Amino acid sequence: MNQEVSFYEVKKYKTGILNWILSTDHKRIGLLYLYSILAFFIVGVCLGLAMKLELIAPGKTIMEAQTYNAVFTFHGIIMIFLIIIPGLPAVFGNFLLPIMIGAKDVAFPKLNLLSWWIYVLGAVVALMSQFMGDGPPDTGWTFYAPYSFKTSTTMLPAIIGAFILGFSSILTGLNFIVTIHRMRAPGMTWLKMPLFPWSLYATGWIQLLSTPIVGITLLMVVAERTMNIGFFDPALGGDPVLYQHLFWIYSHPAVYIMILPAMGTISEIIPTFSQKTIFGYKAVVASTLLIAFVGYFVWGHHMYTAGMSDTAVWLFSLMTFLVAIPSAVKVFNWIATMYKGSINLKVPLYWALGFLFLFMVGGLTGLVLGAVATDVQVHDTAFVVAHFHFVMFGGVGTAFFGAMHYWFPKMYGKMYDESWAKVGFYTFIVGFLLLYMPMFWLGMYGMPRRYYDYLEQFHGGNIISSFGALVLVAGLAIIIINLVTSARKGKKAEKDPWHGKTLEWQVDSPPTLENFDTIPVVEKGPYEY
Amino acid sequence: MINREMIDASNLVAGVDKAFWIILSISFLFLIGLTIVMLYFVYKYNKKRHPKAVQIDGSVKLEIIWTGIPLILVMLMFYYGWKGYKPVTGPAPDGAMEITAVARMWNFQFQYENGKRTDTLYIPKDRPVKLNLKALDVIHGLSIPAFRVKSDMVPGRKDHSTWFIPQKEGKFDLFCTEYCGLNHSYMYTAAVVMPQEKFDKWYKDKSAAPVADKAAKPGAQGLALLQKTGCVACHSFNGTKLIGPTFKGIYGAKHVVKRGKEEVEITVDDEYIRKSIMDPNAEIVKGYKKGLMLSYKEQLTDKDVDLIIEYLKTLK
Repeated sequence: MNQEVSFYEVKKYKTGILNWILSTDHKRIGLLYLYSILAFFIVGVCLGLAMKLELIAPGKTIMEAQTYNAVFTFHGIIMIFLIIIPGLPAVFGNFLLPIMIGAKDVAFPKLNLLSWWIYVLGAVVALMSQFMGDGPPDTGWTFYAPYSFKTSTTMLPAIIGAFILGFSSILTGLNFIVTIHRMRAPGMTWLKMPLFPWSLYATGWIQLLSTPIVGITLLMVVAERTMNIGFFDPALGGDPVLYQHLFWIYSHPAVYIMILPAMGTISEIIPTFSQKTIFGYKAVVASTLLIAFVGYFVWGHHMYTAGMSDTAVWLFSLMTFLVAIPSAVKVFNWIATMYKGSINLKVPLYWALGFLFLFMVGGLTGLVLGAVATDVQVHDTAFVVAHFHFVMFGGVGTAFFGAMHYWFPKMYGKMYDESWAKVGFYTFIVGFLLLYMPMFWLGMYGMPRRYYDYLEQFHGGNIISSFGALVLVAGLAIIIINLVTSARKGKKAEKDPWHGKTLEWQVDSPPTLENFDTIPVVEKGPYEY
Repeated sequence: MINREMIDASNLVAGVDKAFWIILSISFLFLIGLTIVMLYFVYKYNKKRHPKAVQIDGSVKLEIIWTGIPLILVMLMFYYGWKGYKPVTGPAPDGAMEITAVARMWNFQFQYENGKRTDTLYIPKDRPVKLNLKALDVIHGLSIPAFRVKSDMVPGRKDHSTWFIPQKEGKFDLFCTEYCGLNHSYMYTAAVVMPQEKFDKWYKDKSAAPVADKAAKPGAQGLALLQKTGCVACHSFNGTKLIGPTFKGIYGAKHVVKRGKEEVEITVDDEYIRKSIMDPNAEIVKGYKKGLMLSYKEQLTDKDVDLIIEYLKTLK
């Protein structure tokens, strides 16, 4: 095979699409995920915008209550299960992990393709719930019992879809763990591995160990709905709080499945654009592993008001504060990395700085939710919604856009329009702050979440928030259109446009099928300038 | 928390707000401080001003400092967070006023020890109030933001309660905070705090429907019962189809119902109405969903049902 052409040129089948959906090349699979996720993201954003427009004024604005409840449920399912959980690992992990550790592909390329197919199957099954039976699910993405048993809407496909998606996540995690253990280039010891692969490694373990718990839980729900076995529904002798425990035992670590790769991305961008080695490499690695580990023991902070014992509340609050420390350590190290650097202020660094600010707001307001007294006041209010959008969208979302603008030249061999990218960034940040900041205030004043309508005193905050949503969507449109047109018509990119030191900057843009002509021998740390 | 009028509306406010202030001020300082440092570095060490980066691997000393100081600060936050919550953890003091709060889709009912039942929480000022929390169908939440009180109401749990001391007269919003379906955002009422004498007077007033004007037209008490029991969340007066059939013209109407597997035409009479309230899922009108309405056995007496029937007769 000719090693000189890019992987885009290598075609096994005559029909173009088969070269994608049957490819076991990690780069093509990464892009398959990217395009699937982009499609779902556009749907998820439209649903989010529809909610904000409904809330622009009290009373009915554009839809009925039942529609609204279905919309926020679907928004949550899409954003969480179809976008943020697979998100960075499936797209950038697949595309870049093998290259960054000097390998030709992941350890199990066929399994990798299978995980994309499972993802598509899970997504299709979950989407079916929108069109079948007595209307789309209206439980919220958490499927809390016993409401999820009482509602007459179509629950089963949504739950089974989430169950299937779990397997995609497990397989990706397993694949990455084995790849990292077995396929690092000669000389790349654990402590010479770049930080993005490190974050994928920690994430892989969470995917592998905690996803089965939600799988079992969802199966229990299915058994309860179809066979009337009383696990969670008090009408059948079950305990609804048990459901919450099982759900959050997975879904809290899942938050770290989402945020750790985002942190890994930032740990790549900041050294490159500071032209400087990362400050405290070992501390950043240790904090990654600690977050993954301690993250298993904090699920109860979603349940302070659910009627747990006071001892449990005390302990979960303490653990929650402990998990804040490694995240703080990362922030300090990132900022210290810029100290005495030679900073090249390009678009990816804008996103990294945006990440730092929004993630700090998200993390610090998380302290309000970790402390018992204050959590009780803002639990199940708009405050929580604002907090997790700052972490998930402001954190993971900005890291995703950062990654997109950082690795775009590598993935497409083209350069994007930098001035439009900056316009998109600023519009995004302004819209984001307008949209979510007022929700902190609304929550502190007591406005409950998942609210179709609200009392007059909450009107002001909601107007600002809805206006922010429009600005934010405009920003997203600019960013996406700029990237899409640049992928087709952008200027040709150099091999190493940012002067990065990690291995992906030594291969062609776009890379050849097997990435490397000869497998490199690693002698230096990942960020040695 | 910021609203001055809200200060010390209950015994919990001071502790909770102290935790808010401590956490938010420390967080704010960190946010502003770190953002300024970050932007300063971006400016100062921009490659135009600082063309050659100085390679620094890290510093164990700094790592220890920036692990240690935040650790101390978060432990402080943990402590005040727990302290602010502590009053709720113990049992309610002796002599507390005990009220059972019952939530169902989509209303609250408050049941007093003397048998009084209301849709609004009436409580005396400066006396501990213990709320026994019950839910009949799905999980609900009882939240009074001004009091810093919130607790989930979990169906199947019999011994779950919370308590507080209202310290300020007035009317305060009371919300359901746990998403509970279609009309979740309309499931709110108020907590009304009255001085002890005024409360006693209200408490001793034995009239069945304290909110209605008894002198009004026939069935007014029935209307008041329908409103305070929350029936109107699902049954309209004007012919609109909501979750359940409309009340308009319901008495004497002919409906097709599902009895077991067969469909039967019935006439809505006293007996059917009584059955629909006490055992609603036995005969569901065709076109409506089973299982959404639960029995009102524990909330309405036979006499209440008579009053309701009397009122329904007037709705032509």
